Amino acid sequence: MLVYFIRRLGQAALVLVVMALLVFVGIYAIGNPVDVLISPEADLAEQQATIERLGLDKPLWEQLWLFLVNALGGDLGRSFVHGEPALQLILERLPATLELALVALVIAVTAGVFLGLWAGLKPDSLTGRSIMTGSILGFSLPNFWLGLMLILVFAVSLQWLPAGGRGDTVSLLGIRTSLFTLDGLSHLILPAVTLALYKTSLVIRLARAGTREVALQDYVKFARAKGLSSSRVIYVHVLKNIMIPVVTVIGLELGSMIAFAVVTETVFAWPGIGKLLIDSIVNLDRPVVVAYLMMTVFIFILINFAVDLLYSLLDPRVRLSEAKA
Amino acid sequence: MSAPASDTPGQGLSAAAAAGEPEALHAAPLTARSPLARLARDFCASWPALIGLVVILVIAVVAVFAPWIVPQDPYDLAQLDIMDGTLPPGAESYAFGTYWLGTDVQGRDMLSAIVYGLRISLLVGSVSVACALVVGSAVGLVAAFFGGSVDSVLMRIVDIQLSFPAILVALILLAIFGNGVDKVIVALIIVQWAYYARAVRGSALVERRKEYIDAAVCLGLGTRRVLFRHLLPNCLPPLIVIATVQVAHAIALEATLSFLGVGVPITEPSLGLLISNGFEYMMSGRYWISFFPGVALVVVIVAINLVGDRLRDLLNPRLQR
Repeated sequence: MLVYFIRRLGQAALVLVVMALLVFVGIYAIGNPVDVLISPEADLAEQQATIERLGLDKPLWEQLWLFLVNALGGDLGRSFVHGEPALQLILERLPATLELALVALVIAVTAGVFLGLWAGLKPDSLTGRSIMTGSILGFSLPNFWLGLMLILVFAVSLQWLPAGGRGDTVSLLGIRTSLFTLDGLSHLILPAVTLALYKTSLVIRLARAGTREVALQDYVKFARAKGLSSSRVIYVHVLKNIMIPVVTVIGLELGSMIAFAVVTETVFAWPGIGKLLIDSIVNLDRPVVVAYLMMTVFIFILINFAVDLLYSLLDPRVRLSEAKA
Repeated sequence: MSAPASDTPGQGLSAAAAAGEPEALHAAPLTARSPLARLARDFCASWPALIGLVVILVIAVVAVFAPWIVPQDPYDLAQLDIMDGTLPPGAESYAFGTYWLGTDVQGRDMLSAIVYGLRISLLVGSVSVACALVVGSAVGLVAAFFGGSVDSVLMRIVDIQLSFPAILVALILLAIFGNGVDKVIVALIIVQWAYYARAVRGSALVERRKEYIDAAVCLGLGTRRVLFRHLLPNCLPPLIVIATVQVAHAIALEATLSFLGVGVPITEPSLGLLISNGFEYMMSGRYWISFFPGVALVVVIVAINLVGDRLRDLLNPRLQR
C-alpha cells in the first residue's frame, strides 16, 4: 500500500513538471504580451521599464527556471492584466466552477442512473427505447449550442430564468456559494443543466448496460427467490452493483466537466476559472494561462487518485497494492 | 515478444503468403456472401441508421457542390446588400428573392452561409480523423507488434494524453498556434490519435497471438508486410466504429473551439463561428442567425452518430450472430 502511494506521488510530480515545461515553452510562443499591455503612446523608456518589471527581458530558460522555483513555493506568477498573483485569481474563481461542476454532476448521476435503470429493466418497452434514443441526442447536442437554446427559450422567450451571471451569493465557511439563495439558484439552473446533459447520456448508457448484466446474475435471481420485494431487489441489489462503473467513469468525468465548464461559463458569463482562461488567452495573460493549467493538472491527478481509492472501497476484489499504476 | 528475425521480403513466397492472408476485406467480388455485402444488408435493416447514412450523403454532396447550389456566394461582398441585414426567415427581397432562413447583420443569406459553413466543418472533421487514424494506428501496431519497452513508452504517452479532456488540450494548442483551418486540423489530429493507438494496440495484441501471424513471420515476410497486410486488416472493424463516431466528435469540437474564438478565422466561418456571430443578436430575439447553423450542426452530428451506433452493433465480435 505504501509503495503504491509513493509510486503514485512520484508519477504525479513527474506529470506536473513535464506539463509545466510543455506549457511554459508553448505559451512562450504566443504573441508578444507587451504589444497588448503597453499603451501605444508610451515612450521607449517606459516600454523598457514594463518589460523589465514583467521579467520578459530575461532569456527563456531563465524565465522557466524562475517559474519552476517560484512554483515550488506556491507562487505561479503575477497576472499581467490584473496585477494580482495568478494563483489567487484562480482560487477566487474556483468555487464558482466547482459549484457548477458538482451541481451538474449530481444532476447527471441522479437522472442518468434512474433513467438507465429504467431502460435496463425494460429494454424493449417504448420508454426504454425512447430513453436510449434520447441519449444519442444528448451525446450529439453541442454543449454551447444547447446553452444558447436554453437561454433563447427560458431567458429570452419565456423570461423565467436569467440569461447569465452568477446572482446573489452567501458566504459559507469563507467560500461564496450561490446554492443557498433563490437568485443564485435561478442563475445556476441553466448552466448546470447544460453542463450535465452530455454526462447524463453517458451515465444512462453505463447504468443500462450494467442493469442488463446484473439483472441476469444468480444473486439477483436468489434475492427474488427469497421473496424480496422487487423494489428492494432493484434499489439494493442491482443499484449497488451498477454503481461501480458509474462511480469510476463519473470520477474521471469530473475532471472533464471542469474543462468543459470553459464552454458553459463562456455562454452563461459565469465568473469561474473557465471564463478566466478564455479571457486570459485573448489578453495574452501568460501567467494566468500557465497557472490555470497547473491547477487543472493538479485537480486531475487528485481526482484520479480519489477514484482509485473509492473503487477499491466499492469493490473489495480490487486491491490497490496489486494495481499496476 | 521479439521482432521477427528476418526482414528480407520473401518474393518467391508471395503466393503462399497470399494464401495465408485473411480473406476479410480483400478484393473478392461482392457476392451476397462476402462480408461486406452481409454488412451492407444488415446495416440497411435498421432504418434510423439508413436515414443517418442518406442524410450524411446528401449533406456531403451539397457541401462539395456548394458553389453551384446555393443562391449566393456569402463571402463575396459584392453580392451582399447591407439593406437586407437581419431579415427574418422567409423575408422577400427585390434584388435577391426569398431569404428562406433569414439574413445576418451584413445582409448575408443564412442558407448560403450555412452550406459554406458545412463545407469547412466537414473538411475539418474528415481530414483530421483520416490523419489521426493513420498516425494512431501506426503507433498502435508498432506498440503491439514489438511489445516490451517500445510498448510501455508509447502507451504511457497515450495514457497521459487521454487523461486530459480533448477540449482543454485543443484549446491550449490553438492558443499557441493561433487561428486557422490548417491549425485546427493539426490540433484535432493531436487530440485524437491516441484513441486509435489504444484501440489498434488492443485488437492487435489479440491478433498477434494467432497462428496466421506466426505463419507469416515464419515464412520470412518483412516486418512491414506482416504489420500492414496481415495484422492491420484484422484490426480494422473496431477502428471503423471509432473513426465514424470521431468524425462527429471532431466536428463538434471544431464548432466549440470556433465558438470560443480560437478556431477557424473569421474569413472562413464554420458552423461554430456562425453560431457565435449570432449570439449577440439572440438576446434581442433575432434567433435565426444562431439557431439554423446549430440545427445544421446537430443534424450532421446525429446522423453520423446513428450510423456509428449501428456499425458498433454490427462489428462488435461479442454480438456476432
